[in-house]
Amino acid sequence: MKSQKGSMRCLKTLILICFLGITSQSNAQYDIPPKPSIQTSVYDYIRLLNEGQKSSLERKLITYSDSTSTQIVVIIIPSTQGENINYLGAQWGQKWGIGQEDEDNGVLILLAQNDRKIAISTGYGVEEYLTDALAKRIIERIIVPQFKQGNYYQGLNKGTDAVFQVLTGSFKGTPQQNRSTNIPIGPFLIFIFFVILVILSRINRNRGGNGGAGSSSYDLWDIIILSNMGRGSYGGSSSSSGGFGSGGSFGGGGGFGGGFGGGGFGGGGASGGW
Amino acid sequence: MKKWIIPVAIVLIVAIWGYNAYKGFYNTGIEYQEDAKTKWSNVESAYQRRSDLIGNLVKTVQGAADFEKSTLESVISARAKATSVNIDASNLNAENMAQFQQAQSGLTSALSRLLVTVERYPDLKANQNFRELQSQLEGTENRINVARDRYNEQVGEYEKHINRFPNNIFAGWVGFEPMERYKADAGSEKAPDVEFDFKN
Repeated sequence: MKSQKGSMRCLKTLILICFLGITSQSNAQYDIPPKPSIQTSVYDYIRLLNEGQKSSLERKLITYSDSTSTQIVVIIIPSTQGENINYLGAQWGQKWGIGQEDEDNGVLILLAQNDRKIAISTGYGVEEYLTDALAKRIIERIIVPQFKQGNYYQGLNKGTDAVFQVLTGSFKGTPQQNRSTNIPIGPFLIFIFFVILVILSRINRNRGGNGGAGSSSYDLWDIIILSNMGRGSYGGSSSSSGGFGSGGSFGGGGGFGGGFGGGGFGGGGASGGW
Repeated sequence: MKKWIIPVAIVLIVAIWGYNAYKGFYNTGIEYQEDAKTKWSNVESAYQRRSDLIGNLVKTVQGAADFEKSTLESVISARAKATSVNIDASNLNAENMAQFQQAQSGLTSALSRLLVTVERYPDLKANQNFRELQSQLEGTENRINVARDRYNEQVGEYEKHINRFPNNIFAGWVGFEPMERYKADAGSEKAPDVEFDFKN
């Protein structure tokens, strides 16, 4: 009798677990924040690390990126809200574009504290060096033992060192230009363009001063050109957003030179819990 | 002389406008379609990767333990079936897609049965080679999910483009057929759990 009761309870909890598992799977959706304006290497949304730890980890990763162009980003969130952490890591890295665009050499370390889970997501270009198995090994042997004792900083610090070690020599340093010496060339070109425009219009006005008596109606080519111009500016509503995008990285003092490079993530990596 | 120039101009403007509108519609459609095809081939290559890993996994399991024959054989046959079904990206219709999905989900369930059975072989579980393969498999399942979702997103983009008014009127003429999404596998709302940790 007693054992039957026990097994009933066991069954009930099992059913409950299954049910919870299914529901949390089906509506799991974590809203990845938009790409931040200050693009740096550590985003601690819950202040798990103290100021000193955060900035030393941040500096270490930026220095590494400066010499190897590989961007390693640590993101600390409270919970993945039921989303698979590996999946979330890949989508997050892709959305922010961590790593250089042509190398896809981004690595995202995502820590969900309340879930007690951590994932290392690798960009397309990193996959072949930092394989899933190696990422798993780093998590299991280096990071998790530290986390179990509550040493989050040590775990992340040693974990990133291990990632450095694995990636040694894989990506040649295309040293990033230092931001302070980097004169933005785009605005300068536009300035020159305007100067030329002004000069040209002056010349035109001087030349055509007394020639304005001609026909007031548009000529055929004018109509065609004007109508085309109209279409062009009508259709091109998205063109104004690109441009001088790197402005944000001036602000914080820290950050990656040139910001995130637009690297892609395809779901490689591993995760583990503690 | 002035009289005919205005109608001609109007006709020309309309023609140019029409051409531009059509060009925009057509080229965007083609672009989305090609992107979706590329993303489909990513889905296939993720599955291919899984199939390659399963080959190694089977060998490892065979070598390391006196393993249940039936479980292994069902994985081997499911894998053979799954690799035999491939869809050309230009031929993504409902029937092909259903076939592909069925073959792959057959392999998924055979694989998860294998991994559950492995729990009864502690030596195998501790085997370094096996553990590495297991983590590669986890990563690959994740790649599959990512690739599938990106493919579906791209198909969504494409369909929005061809179904929007007035594009929907022209889409049929130009040959923009609706594309097939990758639907969730029937009866497997949850991803195959590669990490069964029965803590006894």
